[in-house]
Amino acid sequence: MTNTLTTDLARDVPFSIGGHTFHSRLFVGTGKYRSNEEMVRAIEASGAEVVTVAVRRVPLDRGRDDGILHYLDPKRFFLLANTAGCYTAEDAIRYARLAREAGFNDFVKLEVIGDQETLLPDVAGLLEAKRVLVRDGFKVLAYTNEDLVTALRLQEAGAAAVMPLASPIGSGLGLLNPFSVRTIKSRLTVPVVVDAGVGTASDACLTMEQGVDGILMNTALAAARDPAAMARAMRLAVDAGRAAFLAGRMPRREVAVPSSPLEGMLD
Amino acid sequence: MIEVLVNGERRAVPVDATLLDLLGVLHLDPRVVVVEHNRHIVRRTELERARLAPGDAIELVHFVGGG
Repeated sequence: MTNTLTTDLARDVPFSIGGHTFHSRLFVGTGKYRSNEEMVRAIEASGAEVVTVAVRRVPLDRGRDDGILHYLDPKRFFLLANTAGCYTAEDAIRYARLAREAGFNDFVKLEVIGDQETLLPDVAGLLEAKRVLVRDGFKVLAYTNEDLVTALRLQEAGAAAVMPLASPIGSGLGLLNPFSVRTIKSRLTVPVVVDAGVGTASDACLTMEQGVDGILMNTALAAARDPAAMARAMRLAVDAGRAAFLAGRMPRREVAVPSSPLEGMLD
Repeated sequence: MIEVLVNGERRAVPVDATLLDLLGVLHLDPRVVVVEHNRHIVRRTELERARLAPGDAIELVHFVGGG
């Protein structure tokens, strides 16, 4: 059965962002794992190619560098740096430039956060930072809310991809607004990768069934009791959701329609 | 010695020390650390030419786990 699913997905269109083709539609974060070893096992199990990383100060006087590159081979994984923790366009631009200087690629997952409690994006800051970064040659994947107009503005400003949230970062509430995400996907020409909020496999499947190009998750894996097992489940869910979207679901009806023949019933 | 600010902490470094010297003192590998010197990013190849002056602000960053 898995082989048949693989065959269906092999007929899928290639998934590219900013001229780079990716083989997995599942992107994973690297934060909040209980250990680096557990993180590596989960990422391996997820089959993800794109992994996100954050930019932070090096701890001084520790006598060694404990950065993420000691655990992830940058030749094997596509490192997508984020600007998490930035509350202004200026900070986000600074972090993005530092990330690019690390020398792996010119992609950045742009986050400009507007509210500490919900971590919802600051749309004005996002657009401001985006214009500067696009001008500087960055390929920007913009983390945004599920608002169509913002998504359109980000696309106009040169986004390589738009990343609407399913629900707030780290909440695990799942896809709260399938309609908005589906609308964004139907109106944009750049890839749409849902970022943040999925909690379990059914959330990922439902998200992919909306026809979006990919999904990024972190806490759903890192905070699972068994991250590697959850990563395997998520991988299947993403494939199942994508395959279901490609298969074309039946129309929704508000009334029942019998599946068995009405003819041939006994008197 | 002169005093500079490294990742927000005051540090004493020898007069005429370069950014590469600073990384050496801190046992940091220049290949995995990105250096910002008074808000300007310094390329790896420039680290040995960039001299520190009193009061300079240096940020040393790397990639850590994140979502």
